[in-house]
Amino acid sequence: MSFLQYLISGLSLGSVYALIALGYTMVYGIAKMLNFAHGDVIMIGAFTTYTICSALGLPPAAGVLAAVVLCTLLGVCIEKVAYKPLRKAASPLAVLITAIGVSYLLQNVALLIFGTNTKAFTSVVSVNAVRLADGQLTITGETIVTIVSCIVIMAGLMIFIRKTKAGQAMLAVSEDKGAAQLMGINVNGTIALTFAIGSALAAVAGVLLCSAYPSLNPYTGSMPGIKAFVAAVFGGIGSIPGAFIGGILLGIIEIFAKAYISSQMADAIVFAILIVILLIKPTGILGRNIQEKV
Amino acid sequence: MKNFKKLVGAAMAASMVFAMAGCGSNNGGGGDTFKIGGTGPLTGGAAAYGQAVRNAAQLAVDEINENGGVNGYMLELNYQDDEHDAEKAVNAYNTIKDWGVQIVLGSVTSAPCIAVADKTKDDNIFQLTPSGTAVECTQYDNAFRVCFSDPAQGTASAQYIGEHNLASKVAIIYDSSDVYSTGIYENFVKEAEKYSFEIVSAEAFTQDSNSDFSVQLQKSKDSGADMVFLPIYYKEASLILTQANGMGFAPKFFGVDGMDGILSGVDNFDASLAEGVMFLTPFAATSSDANIVNFVKAYEEKFGETPNQFAADAYDGVYLIKALIEKSGVKPSDDVATICNGLKGAIVDYSFDGLTGSGITWSADGEPNKAPSVVIIQGGVYIEM
Repeated sequence: MSFLQYLISGLSLGSVYALIALGYTMVYGIAKMLNFAHGDVIMIGAFTTYTICSALGLPPAAGVLAAVVLCTLLGVCIEKVAYKPLRKAASPLAVLITAIGVSYLLQNVALLIFGTNTKAFTSVVSVNAVRLADGQLTITGETIVTIVSCIVIMAGLMIFIRKTKAGQAMLAVSEDKGAAQLMGINVNGTIALTFAIGSALAAVAGVLLCSAYPSLNPYTGSMPGIKAFVAAVFGGIGSIPGAFIGGILLGIIEIFAKAYISSQMADAIVFAILIVILLIKPTGILGRNIQEKV
Repeated sequence: MKNFKKLVGAAMAASMVFAMAGCGSNNGGGGDTFKIGGTGPLTGGAAAYGQAVRNAAQLAVDEINENGGVNGYMLELNYQDDEHDAEKAVNAYNTIKDWGVQIVLGSVTSAPCIAVADKTKDDNIFQLTPSGTAVECTQYDNAFRVCFSDPAQGTASAQYIGEHNLASKVAIIYDSSDVYSTGIYENFVKEAEKYSFEIVSAEAFTQDSNSDFSVQLQKSKDSGADMVFLPIYYKEASLILTQANGMGFAPKFFGVDGMDGILSGVDNFDASLAEGVMFLTPFAATSSDANIVNFVKAYEEKFGETPNQFAADAYDGVYLIKALIEKSGVKPSDDVATICNGLKGAIVDYSFDGLTGSGITWSADGEPNKAPSVVIIQGGVYIEM
């Protein structure tokens, strides 16, 4: 029975990782850059909802909507100001360093505005917990909503990329920016759209992360951000279903490592498994093996 | 340019003269006044602690002076800001040393206290920290403390749970990446062997994974624990309480002084979840003890806020110094080494009644022996048990 409860806890944690990983992998897949500020956009999203719902007393839907709008704008702005000027830089490291800089900037701005005090986030989810087997198994409403949103978002993204013109443009840009431009695709616009979608996902992820684990401070996003990045690599970075599978697996492995091996060593075990998997399959579980043509 | 150099030279020479003048007044003492000094965070993130100590110490000094002083001598207090930084604490200590400090009441927080303890040992000045909990704060024989040390909190918690039969099966959730939490946990386990309750699970978390406690709580629940011991800070404790409530797990919760703040430290936290939580603290402002009631009233009148445990520790510290001066008969005109030896000799086997305990005695290693006191949260306030 406790095995099943651990499995549910793992799914719950994994679905949050998966949701964050979707944003990571989307931006990486199209723009070919690691947006290390993704975790902090999540934090900004959560703070927006917290401010709207807990401080102003508006309904949760308004809070989520405000977070999505604000994070979308923020994502586009960050891309315009910090990443776009460096897109043609000689080394891809430049933009990576900038992303780390943006991450610290967002954390410190949040520190300045909201202070260091941790805030207890009021869950926006009103779905009741499901209790099975005489109340021995509990699936929280947050878990259900997170998993459902994950699947919906994943399916939505895949349809969007395969079926719409903008989605096709994204695929083209990810294959070859230069050629895409020659074909008349607005590369800058497409990348901005990618960041907009990625950041909107971050807002949703932030709200659900803090609903499930209701502790909010300016550093809330950084550790889940790193774990979700790992999940994205694990599943095959750039692959949308890969991010989902990677996230869920990472959550389950983490919980099982805590439960059956050692609660202290859980993180070390998770990363050790990751190394082993990457040694066997360097592109991750669903990663494509693209041969470089000369 | 040449003139400028001359000017600088002159200024330096002048400042050296002043500095030497400062040295001259260092040894003499105040004649009929004991100079008590200390360092604490009066600004910065831990300012609430330092200000509480300074305010309460000032309150005690004023009370003593109004009532005729100690053996006819007055007390004078000089508190300097160390911003909870070890390096700045040494500078602040040098400032009070130049002022002619004879007895050190400080420091307030552990890291600065350890740094200052190195200096007072070299200078052979008696040091009493109200609230430095790290073991190293009192590692030299001139240093003593009013509060429990970190490990002592673990021992005291086990004693309290055992002696009051609060639980039969105890689960522990602690932070293995934090020396404070681990120290308490280890001593709790050691002391628990002497009592009838059983430790059924001990699960750790780290600062990198401090938001999901589902496994730790599930294991505690599966082990049949009727109490969960939380030697951690209130931030993680608030999450544990929330998640335990979500999974329908309702044991007793027992914390240590890091739990102080659970009601106000986390914005928007549902305080009803903390109902029934017990924790070890030397001081509860809601106590009906006459001395505490008077202290809380005087403090609130003067500073406009309710005193916390740091204030109580500092208030006790000043009265302890008074008692030790009376017992040893030292005079302000004695040199610091004589005062230090006098107070050191007087504190061992002295029995002190204060706000943070009665019949407190000290051993030569600087640690207080006192009965732990525990509060329980009821109706959103701390009630003494």
